[in-house]
Amino acid sequence: MPELNLTSAPAHLRHGSNIGQPLTRRDGVLKVTGQATYAADNHPPGMLFAVIAVSGIAHGRVVSLDVAAAKRHPGVVDVMTPDHKPQLAIDPEIKTNPFVFRMETLQSNEVRYANQPIAVVIAETLEAATEGAALLAPRYETLPPLVGLDAGESFVPPVVGVGNPTENHLGDVEAGLASAEKRIDATYETPPQYHNAMEPHAIVVQWDGDRLSVDMPTQGLMLSLARIAELFGIAHDKIHIRSPFLGGGFGSKGLMGGPPVLGIMAAKLVGRPIKLVLRREQMYGPVGHRAPTRQRLRIGADSEGRLTALDHHARTVSSMFDDFYEPAADASHTLYAAPAIRTSHDAVRVNTGTPLFMRAPGEATGSIALESAIDEMAWACGMDPLAFRLKNYAEVEPISGKPFSSKALRACYEQGAARFGWAKRSPQPRQMRDDAGLLVGWGMGTATFPALMFQAEARAAIRRDGSGVMEIGAHDMGQGAWTALAQIAADAVGLDIDRVTFKAGTSDLPDAGIAGGSAHTATAGAAIHSAGAAVIAKLADLATGDERSPLFGAGNTGVIARDGRLIRRDDESRGESYAEILARAGVAEVEARGTGAPNPAAMEEYAMHAHGAVFAEVKVDPELGQIRVTRMVGAFAAGRIVNPRMVQSQLFGGMIWGMSFALHEEAITDRRTGRIMNANLGEYHVPVNADVPPLDVITVEEQDPHVNTLGIKGVGEIGITGSAGAVANAVWHATGVRVRRFPIRIEDLLTQL
Amino acid sequence: MKPFDYVRPATVSEAVVAAARPGAAYLAAGTNLLDLMKGNISRPDRLVDVTHLDGLDAIETLPDGSLRIGALVSNADLAHDPAFAKTYPAVAEALLSGASAQLRNAATVGGNLLQRTRCAYFYDTASRCNKREAGSGCDAREGESRGHAVLGWSDSCIATHPSDFCVPLVALDAVVEIEGRGGRREIALDELHRLPGNSPERESALEPGDLVVAVRLPPAARGFAAHARYLKVRDRTSYAFAVVSAAAALRIENGKVAEARIALGGVAAKPWRARAAEDVLRGVAPTADAFQEAAWRALTDAKPSGDNAFKIELARRIVVRALRLAAAGTPARLPALPASPFASTSGAIHA
Repeated sequence: MPELNLTSAPAHLRHGSNIGQPLTRRDGVLKVTGQATYAADNHPPGMLFAVIAVSGIAHGRVVSLDVAAAKRHPGVVDVMTPDHKPQLAIDPEIKTNPFVFRMETLQSNEVRYANQPIAVVIAETLEAATEGAALLAPRYETLPPLVGLDAGESFVPPVVGVGNPTENHLGDVEAGLASAEKRIDATYETPPQYHNAMEPHAIVVQWDGDRLSVDMPTQGLMLSLARIAELFGIAHDKIHIRSPFLGGGFGSKGLMGGPPVLGIMAAKLVGRPIKLVLRREQMYGPVGHRAPTRQRLRIGADSEGRLTALDHHARTVSSMFDDFYEPAADASHTLYAAPAIRTSHDAVRVNTGTPLFMRAPGEATGSIALESAIDEMAWACGMDPLAFRLKNYAEVEPISGKPFSSKALRACYEQGAARFGWAKRSPQPRQMRDDAGLLVGWGMGTATFPALMFQAEARAAIRRDGSGVMEIGAHDMGQGAWTALAQIAADAVGLDIDRVTFKAGTSDLPDAGIAGGSAHTATAGAAIHSAGAAVIAKLADLATGDERSPLFGAGNTGVIARDGRLIRRDDESRGESYAEILARAGVAEVEARGTGAPNPAAMEEYAMHAHGAVFAEVKVDPELGQIRVTRMVGAFAAGRIVNPRMVQSQLFGGMIWGMSFALHEEAITDRRTGRIMNANLGEYHVPVNADVPPLDVITVEEQDPHVNTLGIKGVGEIGITGSAGAVANAVWHATGVRVRRFPIRIEDLLTQL
Repeated sequence: MKPFDYVRPATVSEAVVAAARPGAAYLAAGTNLLDLMKGNISRPDRLVDVTHLDGLDAIETLPDGSLRIGALVSNADLAHDPAFAKTYPAVAEALLSGASAQLRNAATVGGNLLQRTRCAYFYDTASRCNKREAGSGCDAREGESRGHAVLGWSDSCIATHPSDFCVPLVALDAVVEIEGRGGRREIALDELHRLPGNSPERESALEPGDLVVAVRLPPAARGFAAHARYLKVRDRTSYAFAVVSAAAALRIENGKVAEARIALGGVAAKPWRARAAEDVLRGVAPTADAFQEAAWRALTDAKPSGDNAFKIELARRIVVRALRLAAAGTPARLPALPASPFASTSGAIHA
């Protein structure tokens, strides 16, 4: 693959430093002209097409496959089945670390969920492989599947999310409820949801002896590389993964799933390059989803509207064969102060692909329930929902008692409410109408997401011509990493962004950590910042130690890097260019590495979260029950904003997703078969343009000296939280009907309007 | 995909011969058929491409005042024809409320009539479906049936016909011109789609080889231009099939309804003409009470086929609203959100 040349885009207008500038996407021109190469755009010579055949049942086993019929089909080269496949170096059922999930690699004929891969047909053309897969005509021994939140005996999982405790306590919840003046006890349900990235999971594989070349969208290059290495028993340095662009990931491309492994196996089986792309409906199974939840919230408040207790219990599901538990109740850990808080989870096992991280895992599901319940409690207390939230504002993190590293939520409430015009809201529901007679409702929700940080490394260099290089195996899922991280890189080496060659998206570059948890900019950015500082220090050593330099004797701390020059901090008239320093020293380039990692001491001392406030207006037809969001304002405080344009786009996307959560998204599972009946973008509804109202995003100033080197909290996921509840609360305010099952449908309102 | 023959006959009569063979299917824009083929729901042996046939893409007014629409006219071209939209506003509104701009640009008039149901069990080849495989059973019954039929269904099939276009067409007594092995014939659109009964696999009155060549609106259809609307309630603002829809067209003379036309979409295996409801309105003032009465009459025979009782009440309310909108008069311009309950909302930019 040719090296990416992102700088072919027009030069960017820039004033002052790079960080903080609303640069347009550096990869934008490539994308709109079709030159950006996604994984499935690669066609190595001799490539064959692999198509997965998936199970039509959710539980049982495959008793026969008509392999002969598939093989007879013109163009079919081979059919990979449990009986005919390359052996893996380790059993894929073995969990070698908590980030390894069990996958289907045709290890047996057992069927654990609908759409599970049961065979792979390899052919000269996509059409032949597809028809070959259809000709397999599997026959099954079917067992009754377990479906839904009441499928079987519930149990308390050992942990939820990634190692979170299943239960958390503060104070005595029952006593708090008993002493309350007002109480609510409400149960909310959220459906299974699927990531549905525009780009399906895809892999193009080429084996060259024991060397493996892979084009595959991934949010975690090094995690994928490590998983491939252990499954195929090859050394890390024999594997090269390219993932320059992802057409969305949302968590479903974070950890290696079964389908790309099947692609690698298929290439090994036939000894030719392979392309394997999931069909849309095949994404509803083996590549993760957001589990359904049923959440019970019991809340008490005193006569002044102060919370006395908050009890949040979440029921969820996991697969029959692995463990991931949507940490929905954890949403109640951080937002509202109460003397007694309890969060708890339980789960049942069902015949489903294992649920996984999906954009704001836990926070998204938990937030819509919590924000709905808080709204119900405010109404019970006769208080404005914003006043009620301010009354119960958490000055410190409620359960841990830790101070926040920063928390500009009050400013979010104020600025968001002012922009929205919240003060004009009628306190009673069903009081507002527009000129056309439609019911109008205003609702709000509080947004929150933890400011996480992983580990990363970067390599920086300054070249003889005075230009810079920054290398890090970072991931651009569409969020704008090619741009935002390059801005951090430019500042880190004191150069204009167009003077820095920024390399990312391949596995031979230093490990950038996973692009997840809203932590990628902070994590990769910290490594970049640190590598830049290290290379500048080396350059400064060359200059300040050389008596021919005007910087001689200035000492490392006495110089600053700016616009390709080192200058004396105490006398900015004295300085010289990088090129001059390197030329005099006779050095082709200087390079250095840097790392980014969480600061355990700061994490021990502070609670670190981004916050926001979302206000939504909906209109509801008073007779027909159709709902439409007409306006949303979101004010978010997320520390330092590296690129306001990318951040706004991320927050827009999150707010739209929140609206989608409240009103649209739901995988419909047949209760008898466990099959998903709307596994396509025609029937699995996400908002279309006509659903998306004018959105207004305010990024509230917030400086955080503790959270990480650059003060970045991340914005990838927070936009969903708060937004979903705001829309749901607006529907209640419009209609007076409280719907506790999401998405809210026409029939939920129709007979009560 | 299953290999198939592809033929491009030069004339309509050659096309009829080519398509009369077992396993053949006509291909126009393919917006439905190709999806069905990719999903293995339809496995034709032979596609007969009619897209280049002459004389099927005209919109023409006939001497008697009828309008004849060629089967290959695209949904978009028809909806955006100013004379058409002015004369048959409910039909234009229905067309623009369907699918997406891209699909409307491709999809044809004939194809729209013959699109298949969107029943999830029909599309899911792991499920039993009497339409897909006669006599295999119906997994939609007792299944996830929120969107299924409330009128005219049988125990063998509860699927609905998804077309928006057909709903006002059937209300306006549209006629379908068909070229078949026996030559040219015509039938009322209302007779084209069949209710399932015991043979849901037979969806239309078409015989092998039959090609829809045109749809004709009779002269009387012009009489409703001043009071005709299409209203479609759906789960999102655009690019969604109707949960329930209705076309209402009124001829109002001296403050009374001289003639009413009402049809429902999304409720049955065919666009559902509500003649009994029309009769209620003949000769009465267009009042809320009269519309309520008509709506009740329209749904008298409705019964839920699953988790869809709400559709009956929704259908009643949609009929009332569509009549009210029609009585208020056809708007001078098509709304930005055609057929939407939010058509009048400010801030609507596009559909």
